[in-house]
Amino acid sequence: MSTVEQSTSISITTRDACVDFPIFDAKSRSLKKTVMGMVGGNISSEQKVPVIEALTGINLNLEHGARVGLVGHNGAGKSTLLRLLAGIYEPTRGQAEVRGRVAPVFDLGVGMDAEISGLENIIVRGLFLGMTRKQMEDRVDDIAEFTELGDFLRMPLRTYSTGMRIRLALGVVTSIDPEILLLDEGIGAVDAAFLEKSKKRLRELVDRAGLLVFASHSDEFLRDLCDTAIWMEHGRIREHGELEHVLAGYKNRV
Amino acid sequence: MIGTAAPPAKTWRRAVDDLVAGWQHRELWGHLGWQDIRQRYRRSVLGPIWITISMAVTAVSLGVLYAGLFHNDLSKQLPYILVGFIVWAFIAGCIAEGSDVFIANEGLIKHLPAPLSVHVYRLVWRQILFFAHNLIVYVVMLFIFPQHLGPLSLMAIPAFILLAANGAWVALLLGILTTRFRDLAPITQSIVQLLFFLTPIVWIYTDLLNSPNSSVAARARLVEFNPLLHFMEIIRAPMLGQPQHLRHWVVVGVITVVGWTVTMEALRRYRARVSYWV
Repeated sequence: MSTVEQSTSISITTRDACVDFPIFDAKSRSLKKTVMGMVGGNISSEQKVPVIEALTGINLNLEHGARVGLVGHNGAGKSTLLRLLAGIYEPTRGQAEVRGRVAPVFDLGVGMDAEISGLENIIVRGLFLGMTRKQMEDRVDDIAEFTELGDFLRMPLRTYSTGMRIRLALGVVTSIDPEILLLDEGIGAVDAAFLEKSKKRLRELVDRAGLLVFASHSDEFLRDLCDTAIWMEHGRIREHGELEHVLAGYKNRV
Repeated sequence: MIGTAAPPAKTWRRAVDDLVAGWQHRELWGHLGWQDIRQRYRRSVLGPIWITISMAVTAVSLGVLYAGLFHNDLSKQLPYILVGFIVWAFIAGCIAEGSDVFIANEGLIKHLPAPLSVHVYRLVWRQILFFAHNLIVYVVMLFIFPQHLGPLSLMAIPAFILLAANGAWVALLLGILTTRFRDLAPITQSIVQLLFFLTPIVWIYTDLLNSPNSSVAARARLVEFNPLLHFMEIIRAPMLGQPQHLRHWVVVGVITVVGWTVTMEALRRYRARVSYWV
């Protein structure tokens, strides 16, 4: 594989990118209204759909090696920005270009299936993260050891406690080799000893990644993993710069 | 997953890229398709064999019933109904599940930057696996009611490939439309039920065409306007060793081309919108 060639071209560029969500209420989402609207010549019905401007005027240029923290209040647009950077939402206005293999970790559990065993879930979750089956099979032992789940890995996931599920998910997520790693915090509900262990693994994961964007409310985590930061407010980038500087500004504001 | 260098969102290339990139994820949807099948019969002793069993039970009971109603030989009615049902299960599966292919995968769409086509490939693959399970009933039937199969029966293979290709565009197009207009999903379900009765599956098309009752024959001729008749015929005729007609192939060919053209246009325009709509 041409990983060397690829790693040099990892980048995320956005220019005046906006993400607007149309909110179709029950009426405007139905066929009837649109058809009737067309017949009646009421073309402006499109504008009656309320739009939530989740992100506005996002200009970013992230290169290989970037370690970006993402701070802001709830609803400031952190998660939406991560989805924009992942290519899940293509900008409604402006441009966004993502080069490189993206591993988005927004929700530890997505793609997990309660009815299949932990081992099978490791493979499936890995496939979802852009790994091949072969790569995941090579990592199963490592993941099994990390999660300390032992024979439970052969049991269906529905028999797991919440904490055990998080262990499994963290184990898989931290085993991959991402080019672009997008992390939304959601790491909790694990016991303290395990948290220490996963931090180390998380750090190693970040070291392997070409580019990191990490949304978190924890200064400690951010200082651990990032060197720059973006402060989101009302769907706009309020400040983008050196981590401590941005954090200080953000804290003052709060 | 693969992030591509992006030309503007609404170009043909992005639409084609979606299909190609989705195909490259076949390890993922291949696995998921299997998992869906096993999932459905999880914790049951027989597992996916239930697909085969329920098809056999349906075909045999309806075969016996309709052979009696139409005064046909069981050896004629049963194979006809069986093959009809197997093909119908595939068609109905693609249409019905296609109508909520993106809605059902909302979680995945919002969390993973995968091409839209991944979900469609997974759906069609799952239907192909169902079809394969049902084929076992067909093979067993061949031993009980042997058909006059010849080399031309192999035409069933390209016919099925065409059917699957059409299943893919139907699911993709319906998926996009129903995500935007949620009312279309229940409408689609009703139409599928209706189509079952309008398509020659339990009733034998040629018998009605040649009916001594002229008004029945006239009605039967209208079925030519049902596109599903042609899909049904290009597969059923070879599988039962019956004479095949070129016009069914022509109609299916035209539908394939027109369907994919419309779908690609919809994909080009609305591909990037689906993640906003779900």
